[in-house]
Amino acid sequence: MTDVRAFLRDYGGPPVRLMEVCGTHTAQIARCGIPGMLSPAIRLISGPGCPVCVTVTAYLDRLVALCMEPDTTVLTFGDLMRVRGSRRSLNDAKAAGGRVRMLYSPMDALKLARENPGRLYVFAAVGFETTAPVYAMLLERAESEGIGNLKLLTSLKTMPPVIEWICTNQGGVDGFLAPGHVSVITGSRIFKPLSDRFGLPFVVAGFEGEQILAAVYALVRLRGKKKVLNLYRSVVTERGNETAQQAVRRYFEPCGAAWRGMGIIPGSGMILRPEYARFDAGSAGLDEDRGFDARCLCAKVLTGAIAPTSCPMFGCECTPRTPRGACMISQEGSCYNYFVNGRGPQ
Amino acid sequence: MKITMAHGSGGKSTSDLIEEVFRRSFTDPVLAELDDSAVLPGAEKIAVTTDSFVVKPLFFPGGDIGRLCVCGTVNDLLMSGARPRYLTCGFILEEGAETGDLERIAASMAETAREAGVRIVAGDTKVVEGAGGVLINTAGVGFVPPGISAGPANCRDGDAVLVSGFLGEHHAAILSGRMGIENEIRSDCAPLGGMVGAMLEDGVRLHAMRDVTRGGLATVLGEFASASRCRIELDEAALPVSEQVRGFCGLLGLDPLYMGNEGKMTAVVAAEDAEKALSCMRSHRYGENAAIVGRVVGRDGPGVCMRTRLGGLRVVGPLYGEGLPRIC
Repeated sequence: MTDVRAFLRDYGGPPVRLMEVCGTHTAQIARCGIPGMLSPAIRLISGPGCPVCVTVTAYLDRLVALCMEPDTTVLTFGDLMRVRGSRRSLNDAKAAGGRVRMLYSPMDALKLARENPGRLYVFAAVGFETTAPVYAMLLERAESEGIGNLKLLTSLKTMPPVIEWICTNQGGVDGFLAPGHVSVITGSRIFKPLSDRFGLPFVVAGFEGEQILAAVYALVRLRGKKKVLNLYRSVVTERGNETAQQAVRRYFEPCGAAWRGMGIIPGSGMILRPEYARFDAGSAGLDEDRGFDARCLCAKVLTGAIAPTSCPMFGCECTPRTPRGACMISQEGSCYNYFVNGRGPQ
Repeated sequence: MKITMAHGSGGKSTSDLIEEVFRRSFTDPVLAELDDSAVLPGAEKIAVTTDSFVVKPLFFPGGDIGRLCVCGTVNDLLMSGARPRYLTCGFILEEGAETGDLERIAASMAETAREAGVRIVAGDTKVVEGAGGVLINTAGVGFVPPGISAGPANCRDGDAVLVSGFLGEHHAAILSGRMGIENEIRSDCAPLGGMVGAMLEDGVRLHAMRDVTRGGLATVLGEFASASRCRIELDEAALPVSEQVRGFCGLLGLDPLYMGNEGKMTAVVAAEDAEKALSCMRSHRYGENAAIVGRVVGRDGPGVCMRTRLGGLRVVGPLYGEGLPRIC
């Protein structure tokens, strides 16, 4: 590890730009102080890895509208509470009398639905391949228990199509720190076609600082090579968790999905199959994305086109206290991590 | 602007609320110092403080709202260098509260007051509509002996930063209780008089001290750094966190640096006194796991940073947003 540290600090080769596409990586890189340990020739860029940040305003508006309906409660994870739609956030709606509950586990939704049969619970089912199996499990349980007052408003997305979008439309990335949690479910093989097509290395890594540092080292070494390397062998296999994949396929099917700042990317989403439409709280067609502040550059930050610090609002008008965009709100957002943990440009 | 939960988090929104709402009306110069207690001139200096306790559940592993409402106020007095003497308590009871619970709470308050050496000398009770909740306000008065001058603005270059034990235990215990998670985590709720007394008696040059409550160590040290216009550098590897709390935090994505305690303090002391302060803390029953966790490193940009276990350096910002449910 000492050699790895020294190599990364003293690296003087051609410049390397590496992208992480997992919010937990984004946060851990900042929390471990990794950027300051790297040579200026190695740049780490945050990609669209935070599910909250890539969610479009139409989806948030729909959640806000739902929570204001009588007899309806919206259930959500914490970070989504503060992200504004075109006008209001769930937090704003809650202060105005809307019914919103923050949950730590989607399974708690079953208990609520069971205890209050007269109330409709809508779970804000946001996430990537990692979270989708949990929603599938939730539906499985709701189905077997005959719970009829629990629905999902889905905004589920998948990683490979958005990575492909970035490589095709933007480029400038010399390798990807592949998302550890996603890979547990999908297996490392999903990155193989992307690696081959774009001639780039993909390294799957866990979330300890040492693992991330090792992955950065591997990516620099593999620069320009087609290669998928798995450094997270304790939990990631080549084929992934096939039981979870089956559960997801049972309830969901691929669809085009709208990503903040990137528009609709074909095949990059998952939506409930028609036979499970009774669990859907109106997820289709929520594609419109009107940021409430036209000057917000979240869209460019999300794709790594600019660093968070290059946005003119960063740190002055836009802080975690007065966020102008989702990337400054979510704890996995790039702007939030650049601001709070000082993950500045090296 | 409507009040949201973030205004009670102890983080930036809380301090903004204090600045923008309360300080406009409450302009007494002593209150304006925003220290843990108001230290007033007189024949002898007295310290005055008040705090309200709205924790749920009322009883939790390692303590209850009664022990908490005494420790919280006593510790605030201690951190101003005062010897706590008197407490007042105001109960706000929601219709439906159980008298049996109230008896347990009162007994716990009395026992904790005895342990802390304070007398509960005034009280008040109100009942409001509600759902059986119990809310308590305590106010405390302490006497400040001459020669005490610890304050958040007194941190100096080279000073050592100590913490009296494992971080985040109260917070994790309350959160476990609320979420129905079974574990061994207990609240650290305790009065800190013995520990502070030991340091003062041993002549430790205490430049700043504070109990580590809502907002956690990061928030307290951020306030020190800002008041003293200095930079504080923490050593991640030295931060005391129990295995159970570390596991709990990992599971829920929490950071012990921002989690509250009710029986822990941080002290900034002259570098030469660091070991002496450490042995004072460790010799005390509530300070067995005390550690030197960082130091004051000059004035280049006020703030808190941390040398990470990996060897990197990062900024430790204030707590933003709601953080976590209320714990006191």
